[in-house]
Amino acid sequence: MSKEVLQELSKLLPAGRLLTAAAALSPYQSDALTAFKAKPLAVALPESAGEVIETVRWCAKHQIPFVARGSGTSLSGGSLPIDGGLVIGLNRLNRILKLDPKERVAVVEPGVVNLDVSKAAAPFGLYYAPDPSSQPVSTIGGNLAFNSGGAHCLKYGMTSNHVLGAKVVLPTGEVVELGGESLENTGPDWLGLFVGSEGLMGVALEIKLRLLPKPEKYHTVLAAYDSLEKAGSAVAMVVASGLLPGAMEIMDSLAIEAAEAAVQAGYPQDAKALLIVELEGETLEVEAEARHLSEVIEASRAYKVQIARNEAERAKIWKGRKAAFSAVGRLSPDYIVQDGVVPRSKLGQALSEIEKLSLRYGLRVANVFHAGDGNLHPLILYDGRVPGELERGEELAGEILKLCVALGGSITGEHGVGMEKKRYLPAMFAEADIELMRKIRQSVDPHELSNRGKMFPGGEAEALVRQGLHPLEKRGVISRE
Amino acid sequence: MVIKTPTIPEIQEAVKAQPRLLCRAGGSKQALSGADGSVTLDVSGLSGVLEYQAGEFVFTALAGTPLLEIEKMLSEKGQYLPFDPPLADAGATLGGTVAAGLSGPMRWRYGGVRDFILGVKFVDGEGSLVRGGGRVVKNAAGFDLPKLMVGSLGRLGVLVELSFKVFPAPQATRTLRVAFGRLEEALEACLRLAASAIELYALDFEPPAGLALRLGGLEKALEERSRRLWSFLGKDGELLEGEREARYWRGINNFGWAGGKPLVKVALTPKKIAGLEAALLHSSNPLPSSTRRYHAAGHLLYMAWDGSWTELDTLLKTQGLAGLVLAGNPLSPALGINSAHPFGERATRALDPQGKFAR
Ligand SMILES: Cc1cc2nc3c(=O)[nH]c(=O)nc-3n(C[C@H](O)[C@H](O)[C@H](O)COP(=O)(O)OP(=O)(O)OC[C@H]3O[C@@H](n4cnc5c(N)ncnc54)[C@H](O)[C@@H]3O)c2cc1C
Repeated sequence: MSKEVLQELSKLLPAGRLLTAAAALSPYQSDALTAFKAKPLAVALPESAGEVIETVRWCAKHQIPFVARGSGTSLSGGSLPIDGGLVIGLNRLNRILKLDPKERVAVVEPGVVNLDVSKAAAPFGLYYAPDPSSQPVSTIGGNLAFNSGGAHCLKYGMTSNHVLGAKVVLPTGEVVELGGESLENTGPDWLGLFVGSEGLMGVALEIKLRLLPKPEKYHTVLAAYDSLEKAGSAVAMVVASGLLPGAMEIMDSLAIEAAEAAVQAGYPQDAKALLIVELEGETLEVEAEARHLSEVIEASRAYKVQIARNEAERAKIWKGRKAAFSAVGRLSPDYIVQDGVVPRSKLGQALSEIEKLSLRYGLRVANVFHAGDGNLHPLILYDGRVPGELERGEELAGEILKLCVALGGSITGEHGVGMEKKRYLPAMFAEADIELMRKIRQSVDPHELSNRGKMFPGGEAEALVRQGLHPLEKRGVISRE
Repeated sequence: MVIKTPTIPEIQEAVKAQPRLLCRAGGSKQALSGADGSVTLDVSGLSGVLEYQAGEFVFTALAGTPLLEIEKMLSEKGQYLPFDPPLADAGATLGGTVAAGLSGPMRWRYGGVRDFILGVKFVDGEGSLVRGGGRVVKNAAGFDLPKLMVGSLGRLGVLVELSFKVFPAPQATRTLRVAFGRLEEALEACLRLAASAIELYALDFEPPAGLALRLGGLEKALEERSRRLWSFLGKDGELLEGEREARYWRGINNFGWAGGKPLVKVALTPKKIAGLEAALLHSSNPLPSSTRRYHAAGHLLYMAWDGSWTELDTLLKTQGLAGLVLAGNPLSPALGINSAHPFGERATRALDPQGKFAR
């Protein structure tokens, strides 16, 4: 790359907002999957949509690959830089452009942090529903690119179900409007295709979000079981009863032990499994449903049941759950978190297979998961300093993904394919399926500039180096789900 | 010419052999599947449920499966299609519903067809059979092709198999119909309700100035919840319950109120309603307001239209709106503002390079 080319970019961005010095680039060389590192050419820090557009046009003109970056909390290498490519850091585009409580719409820049949308909407009794546990730091742009989920996705869906429209700069530098402010649409759902495309089709500049009225009442139940199977069948029983909880989460004994040690959530220490079920909605309805739920939980042979009597007790129950991952991380120097999905009825089978794999590989696996939608989050504990453990952990993680596919599920429920799982995409899709997705990508981005090398199998196979806590997790700012 | 293609290989063959094709299954949205000079692929034979496990909240069926069959299967397990697709009694199929992108009144509670589609198998413009999405309620792998197919009008491929998420049906429902003095008052109440903690299955605006509100949930809480709704509105209304209530909504979702006139879907937001209503009243051949129905707190309009298509096209453009003709004989079913963009054009080219499904 010639000096003049970069100089051209520095004319678009004032000094201090185009980083090129090695020391300034180093914080950008990984995302939350710290095992992968790459050295970008430079980091651009635009402050307006116009600057992003100019930056992308510069990339298009000189055919320089780029990665949009929000807060860099991707767990799959999604925001890992491209060697010699440009990182477009979007954190400074963090304005809420419009909040219309009457029509329940917020229009935000991509660098707005997820939780800040709910904070801004709170005075109007509204909130933004998708709640990844990274929500105190992850951005709406990153959430959109990964169609992020959270504990409360069973009833109201993932990010894609809450994005109404987006203004996007395509990898060619053209700007398009996808969707609008209506919940409805005529013609193909282009916005639906863009959301979840992992940054491969351009950069979102402005995003219209749907806000929901805050539920009037929560009813949160914590049930303890003497086996994981019983907790699993309790989930099936709740489902069969016709109730539709806002969240259903399970933790196994290793996760309980760790969470309890970390945040003293008051969980029963002898439990083999804990189930959290939360009903939400109109007070009168939730109260009626709660009586119904009590009967179901009783019949599920829980040996101990605790019901949150107030907001403080509810927060305590969730605190243990939300802290579980970083807490498990403390039991071990390193861990790998996986994100496979299985049909709900196969949860029991999946868990016992995972246990067998854990014994076979000689590595402990803790389980904390979104039981309501079959989204597992097995945590594989290993010590990177012990030769061979990382490779064993990685292999075990791959076995779990294949197991999820074999049981009729998916390799990822919410963390995305990114860099980490691209070689497992063929376990889920046939060649023709992947080929067509690739054709769409190439048609939109002929030079594969936007997040080159991600999602699709092939290219340089990178080896994991080390897994550990995200720096923000170490500081206790965020925790994993 | 009509070719009957009841199997997937036959569809693939037809796509490879024919220069231009248009799909038809139930034929309930005639404006979208009527003859236009190209070869019609009749896929109504591609019908049947492939998998349904109530405990998973998921089913998979061939695209030509009638909605009625699905609804019956689900109701036996106490479940339903939360996006509440219209025209079931007219023979609408799953594939036609997805291709036209149609949802009904109850889409207000949990979302539209785009929010419940999980997986898709289709034949692309080169005759390849491809799959996107999955058969589990949560999945983030690969591009979201299932969502893309919603509203694709057969232009991006021939849908052959679809997977959906479903939910438990409310144990009981009841409906309150309230009349207001003026349109603005009704809309104001509509917006207030939409932003409140009161959860409704349907929130319909019935021009000129009425609301139809459907509550659902456990039987034992409904009485008190309806009283609360009543006092929230500070107004009396007509209460519909039981069989009568079910028939009312069924009638609405089969467009009986359109009186057999040409039918159009319009996507909009509540703030556009007043302007649109005024423009329609001043059109050259205004129909009574009972031939229009706004669902989902004013985000979705179905309306009858008896005037010229050019006039409606211009009228919608003036209001900054886009519409889709479902029944009638327009030159093109897409009306109003043109939202074509290079992203759509390029993705279309990838799916259908030879323009076999172009209209
Ligand atoms: C502790 C922890 C907990 C987590 N918990 C959850 C969870 O509960 N649920 C969940 O789903 N995920 C979770 N994640 C994963 C991660 O937080 C999400 O994927 C999140 O959406 C990433 O947001 P970000 O702003 O950090 O994006 P980044 O990591 O910066 O980027 C993610 C991807 O989005 C692309 N991108 C960013 N901005 C844009 C834009 N404007 N336009 C186009 N593409 C863009 C990037 O190129 C990249 O591919 C967790 C991560 C951590 C570290």
